[in-house]
Amino acid sequence: MKILVCISHVPDTTSKINFSDSGSKFDSNGVQYVINPNDEFGLTRAMWFKEKQNASIDVISVGGSETETTLRKALAIGADTAIRVNASTPDGLSVAKHLADVAKKGSYDLIITGRESIDYNGGMVPGMLAAILNANFVTNCISLEIEGTIATAVREIDGGKETLSTLLPLVIGAQKGLVEESDLRIPNMRGIMMARKKPLTVVNPESNNSATKSVSFEKPASRGDVKLVKADNIDELINLLHNEAKVI
Amino acid sequence: MSVLVYTESDKGILKKAALEAASYGKAIADAMGTSLIAITFKVSDASKLGNYGVDKVLNIESIDEFNAFIYADAIKQAVEKENSTLIVLSSSADSKYIAPLLAIGLNAGYVPNVVETPSNLNPFTVKRTAFTNKAYCNTEILTAVKIVGVSNNSFGLIENTGAAQIEAFSPILAESSTSVTSVDKANDKVTIADAEVVVSAGRGLKGPENWKMIEELADVLGAATACSKPVSDLGWRPHSEHVGQTGKPVATNLYIAIGISGAIQHLAGINASKVKVVINTDAEAPFFKAADYGIVGDAFEVVPKLIEKLKAFKAENA
Ligand SMILES: Cc1cc2nc3c(=O)[nH]c(=O)nc-3n(C[C@H](O)[C@H](O)[C@H](O)COP(=O)(O)OP(=O)(O)OC[C@H]3O[C@@H](n4cnc5c(N)ncnc54)[C@H](O)[C@@H]3O)c2cc1C
Ligand SMILES: Nc1ncnc2c1ncn2[C@@H]1O[C@H](COP(=O)(O)O)[C@@H](O)[C@H]1O
Repeated sequence: MKILVCISHVPDTTSKINFSDSGSKFDSNGVQYVINPNDEFGLTRAMWFKEKQNASIDVISVGGSETETTLRKALAIGADTAIRVNASTPDGLSVAKHLADVAKKGSYDLIITGRESIDYNGGMVPGMLAAILNANFVTNCISLEIEGTIATAVREIDGGKETLSTLLPLVIGAQKGLVEESDLRIPNMRGIMMARKKPLTVVNPESNNSATKSVSFEKPASRGDVKLVKADNIDELINLLHNEAKVI
Repeated sequence: MSVLVYTESDKGILKKAALEAASYGKAIADAMGTSLIAITFKVSDASKLGNYGVDKVLNIESIDEFNAFIYADAIKQAVEKENSTLIVLSSSADSKYIAPLLAIGLNAGYVPNVVETPSNLNPFTVKRTAFTNKAYCNTEILTAVKIVGVSNNSFGLIENTGAAQIEAFSPILAESSTSVTSVDKANDKVTIADAEVVVSAGRGLKGPENWKMIEELADVLGAATACSKPVSDLGWRPHSEHVGQTGKPVATNLYIAIGISGAIQHLAGINASKVKVVINTDAEAPFFKAADYGIVGDAFEVVPKLIEKLKAFKAENA
């Protein structure tokens, strides 16, 4: 089984988000980057396929050279090879097209993405990629088993879950549940040493398509101070929620 | 030209998110000077859409179970039939599953998590959340056909006096190699995605045995229950209740946080909620900086009192 894991290089979850150039650009000053959490769940599931079903794992990221530290981390966790598409990422469509160009050549059985990224968090790359490749697709995926070319996947839906039967080639959008937090792997020294020797190929983009354009960013207006209500004055809270906030 | 809205349903009944998407679609259709068409799948209360500004409903009877590819294909055919240049969906799990497939099928630019009507129709510019609610991004859609996903509870329901003409629609559909083999869904519970009020609790509750009062409070308010990440990691509550940056997003009218400290990752996922109430023993808890109303106090004392007072309030205002 050949697996491709798509890795988005995103600001660490504790990052304070700021913009520069009068709100037109994300300010990466002082920001730590990590593997998108949903992609990390996916990568761990891929490792189980590698260990139990002899799968090979390529990881891929679309972006500048700064994403290579994140790809190296994925190699240290256990991926076999890494690919970086050297392109800017104006929107989700452009990323999906670049990923599809590489995926077509690699004839992968399974492509693992994250349900959504925590930066632009559109949750659109996975479905677009599947549609371009004409592959099957399950997002919000919390369980996946593969037997031959048949896959059984569980998708989280609003208020429950749904079990699906589908065929390879398959694209999934991974999230917590596919593996648990405690299953995630921290790269060890040996992994880090080995990762240095593993191939990281840089490829040039073949297409240049985008359908949307981010014009400017803004931060939510800062809210007024919290109104504190005394613990023995619940009536006041109910009054505020009813008459002032009008939410009950 | 027309605006087409995908109005989703549960067991044949339209969801609130669908009516909100229709209300939003109506506002844009008016601005564009065109009509609003809805597409539904086996809906029994389609006429209701007229009250939210829909001029015509295309109701599909021939599809039984949800399948994102088949739904996207059917919507695509409706778009072509009606010459729609704008498609509106909600931000439910199913809508977010369909929209990217539809975007490729129609060569359309897609913007999810949109919180307002367009600030400009030409170039078509909408405001969406980004960085898990830590920021907004004003985004232009550059293609001729456009898809917008409306963030739940961001626009609200706007009633209209109108009548929708209901038309049976039978798209020609291909087979799909993906099929649902079973669905496991709690029928009696309000889901986080559909709820207008969410009652959420954290590690401050000390143990799973103490969630009875949280459930009771949710019950009184007709709310969904949620929890912080450590609570689901500890197995006190199911994963499906974990909200925050790495969990489910919450965009409700009212979010009540009990015994939750208000870590940046938690706030990122719930910030889109309109009104936030926090109950915490620690006056220094970061959540107080992000909340509208707060009580510095012990959940074990405050929550039972709140339940009692709310019951009385509901009885009075029933
Ligand atoms: C990569 C990453 C992703 C993460 N993603 C998420 C996420 O999506 N969602 C999320 O929630 N967290 C997330 N976290 C975890 C987050 O950083 C916090 O650790 C977590 O939100 C804290 O949960 P808590 O508030 O329930 O617990 P605590 O931080 O332990 O807070 C408990 C609170 O309860 C109060 N308390 C104690 N006793 C009482 C009482 N009797 N009555 C009232 N109040 C009381 C305390 O004062 C305290 O403020 C993430 C962390 C990382 C590293
Ligand atoms: N620049 C990128 N390079 C590789 N994969 C990406 C990139 N951006 C997004 N993805 C993948 O698509 C998923 C969803 O991203 P998004 O559509 O941005 O929410 C991520 O979890 C990744 O798996």
